[in-house]
Amino acid sequence: MPELLELAERIAGAARPGEQVEAYVSRERETDVRVYRGEIETLSTAESAGVGVRVVIKGRQGFAYVGDLDEARAREALEEARDNASFATPDEHVGLAVPDGHAVTTLDLWDDALSEVSTAEKVELAMALERLVREGDGRIREVVSTDYGDGQGEVAIASSAGISSTTRQTSCYLSADAVAGEGDDTQTGVGYSVGRGFSDIDLAVAAHDAIDRATRLLGAKKPNSARLNVVFDRRVTATLLSVLARTLSGEDVAKGRSLFAGRLGEEVGNTALVLVDDPTNALAYGAAAVDAEGLACRRNVLIENGRLVSYLYDTYSGRLAGTSSTASAVRGGFKSTPGVGARALSLQPGDLDQAAILEFIGEGLFVQEISGVHSGVNGVSGDFSVGAEGVMIRDGRLAEPVREITIASTIQRMLQHVLAIGNDVEWLPSAAAGLTLAIGDVAMSGE
Amino acid sequence: MAQVEAPLIEPAVVERALGRALGRGGEFAEIFVEDRRSTGVSLDNRKVEEVSSGRDRGAGIRVVVGDTTGFAHTADLSESGLLAAAEAAAAVARSGGPGVREIALEGRSVPSPSSVEIYPETITKTAKVELLLRADEAARASGAAIVQVSAGYGDSRRRIMVANSDGLLSFDDQVRTRLSVMCVASGDTGMQTGYETAAFTIGFELFDKVSVEETAQIAAHRALSKLAARPAPSGVVPVVIKSGTGGILFHEACGHGLEADHIVKDASAYRGLLGELVASPLVTLVDDGTVSDEWGSTAIDDEGKPTQRNVLIENGILTDYMWDFLRARKQGRVSSGNGRRQSYQHLPMVRMTNTYLLAGQDDPEEIVAQTDRGVYVAHLGGGQVNTATGDFVFGMTEAYLIEDGKITEPLRDANLIGNGPDVLRKIDAVGNDFGMCPGTCGKDGQSVPVGCGQPTLRVTGVTVGGTADA
Repeated sequence: MPELLELAERIAGAARPGEQVEAYVSRERETDVRVYRGEIETLSTAESAGVGVRVVIKGRQGFAYVGDLDEARAREALEEARDNASFATPDEHVGLAVPDGHAVTTLDLWDDALSEVSTAEKVELAMALERLVREGDGRIREVVSTDYGDGQGEVAIASSAGISSTTRQTSCYLSADAVAGEGDDTQTGVGYSVGRGFSDIDLAVAAHDAIDRATRLLGAKKPNSARLNVVFDRRVTATLLSVLARTLSGEDVAKGRSLFAGRLGEEVGNTALVLVDDPTNALAYGAAAVDAEGLACRRNVLIENGRLVSYLYDTYSGRLAGTSSTASAVRGGFKSTPGVGARALSLQPGDLDQAAILEFIGEGLFVQEISGVHSGVNGVSGDFSVGAEGVMIRDGRLAEPVREITIASTIQRMLQHVLAIGNDVEWLPSAAAGLTLAIGDVAMSGE
Repeated sequence: MAQVEAPLIEPAVVERALGRALGRGGEFAEIFVEDRRSTGVSLDNRKVEEVSSGRDRGAGIRVVVGDTTGFAHTADLSESGLLAAAEAAAAVARSGGPGVREIALEGRSVPSPSSVEIYPETITKTAKVELLLRADEAARASGAAIVQVSAGYGDSRRRIMVANSDGLLSFDDQVRTRLSVMCVASGDTGMQTGYETAAFTIGFELFDKVSVEETAQIAAHRALSKLAARPAPSGVVPVVIKSGTGGILFHEACGHGLEADHIVKDASAYRGLLGELVASPLVTLVDDGTVSDEWGSTAIDDEGKPTQRNVLIENGILTDYMWDFLRARKQGRVSSGNGRRQSYQHLPMVRMTNTYLLAGQDDPEEIVAQTDRGVYVAHLGGGQVNTATGDFVFGMTEAYLIEDGKITEPLRDANLIGNGPDVLRKIDAVGNDFGMCPGTCGKDGQSVPVGCGQPTLRVTGVTVGGTADA
């Protein structure tokens, strides 16, 4: 770890007068095991690392990366970034992050014990999950793959503007992709368990999850089209929140590419809605002490009692909007420049559990899976249309399963038509927490 | 113009590393070496936001024993780096193998289906920036309602070398160049977006073949046309899909289900149906990595196998699946040249190249004229499929109503949903036109460039996921 920061500081230290240089150095170690029918199908061990260099000269930014930690090649990347900067259009808002005095929250996201776990133990855990899923329900016809994976990621960021920070985290997951069949009908389900360390993995949870998801839609039919109320299962809500977060990116807003542009301070949803992004919550999968520009992460309230109170900003978009960064810079690794993103979104929970919400809704659709989110949700127009699977709600209870349907509305309407918010918060391996959420007046397309 | 560069690794070093990889009793070993350089330029709101460059260089080594594969990768291409990766990959083999094996490689050259005239690295960054400024101008000139334009340019050159313990030694030099334009139009009813991309496995001569201005105008038109759009219908309607991006339908609805890895694991709706009628007799579907200049074309796949033309469905009858090395080996046949990987850090698996439906007999205008009421899809965005059930979705990004055999009002974006085998049987008209489009296909965490194509066609009924009464 010290060597990553030292390398970053040496590169940043090469800044010339009138120039800003930032080096983002990362290293990842990963083990991935896939088992199939009691045998190892693949076993991969890998270490990858690289350096991404940003140079800002007189409001012009250039970027280059190299996929290893060789210092000579990192210096070549610096030269290349410098050259690239000369082609950019000068923009007074372009510049590197400057330390803003926010204290860094101490987060323990690293599990030392992970590196002590032998490959054999990892393989055995994956095989145990495969057995549990295969033997757990007579309708399970196949387990396509069972995966165990873990990783240790370390990042060091240093810049000539005074940034010097490091973060590190471990992660671990176990998942099974199951196929269930009954007669001619086939359904699939992925079940998983995740954590920071090997001991966080819950074999029984992953097995139950895979079996339940693969079997619960057996016998599902395509229903007739209808306009109805829907209840989103926790995982679906988490996906929807991640989509919503994209529309709250200060950069897209400033560039007129969000349906929320110009709506700060306005009521954008039901008054029960409180949406927060808090990466300093260690329970969140996306928790981080510092953002991708090295600023201390902090709690940001985005929607308060239905009113839009803040967007998310990185340094550039903050300046563009005449404000400052909310420490919401994210990046895909050393190969890309920072962009704006949420890490740990959650809705303030309500007081009802899932069963109570189903009862409250009475008649409608319980949505367990959605698909086509990338192609079906437009953050500019707000148009929302996604594939869905789930179970009809009749008389306040789950009735017959349905598939091959879409549900459609607009993001704007959905926020206004919040009918109930669950109390069942679950942190998921995504940028958002899940909870049960009921939304009114949605078009379901079927037959 | 071609830039001749030294081999990525000396064959003698590769032979020694392969020998080490088999040292613990592995049956098959392979080294995949990659050196990829890329350049990207992005223009946003009339500003050149960023010019970026990247270099990725490394090797992935796999060792196969029975049904088990060990894999390791390294960015260290020295002999010691390769030997260490070979040892790590070999760890899956039970110890007590025959020791270091002798491997003799035989190099072979496979001609590229794409001819690169102007290597992008010989073009100045200024010229690349210039293209985007032109795209911006042209898009804005398309209509006063265009309020936002962003454009991206990207090129890459990926040199690969594949060697394996069967003695194979193969090379490829893959060049890709692309331009994309995204527009936002603003009107009384809100904002709408339009997107268009031009991408080929050729060099900078792309811009002699494709007009930058036209690409921008298409994106602008797509956004503008939707300003007056009404909500799409909700329910099952006949759908006519214009030639070009509709190929995504086949990529999702059946392409993925014909990948042998899904077949051998009983996770495809097309398992056990070889020789049977799985689609309308009007359907002949091909996957072909040798189509000149197309986005999914390469000389060899990422396992060193020359790409080829594979007929998957012929006149509605399922004729074959797509295969990579491992799945083919297990069935005692040869790979169909569909073993691909995102980078040296990934294991290869069965992937599509360019997947397309062959043209038919019908006049595209007649197909519309003979549709009483339905939806005309002029442009599709991305999609997603569950191969085991065959259920898929894909997004319409430019669509119109068909009323009394005429294309009438524009529709807002919506997803279509259907079941692959079901939709294939419901194709009742196939046009005599044809168009291809580039795309990026994601599978199991890996992205690879692919091409899709089809003629104009009609499906008698697909569920359109809008909000208006059908």
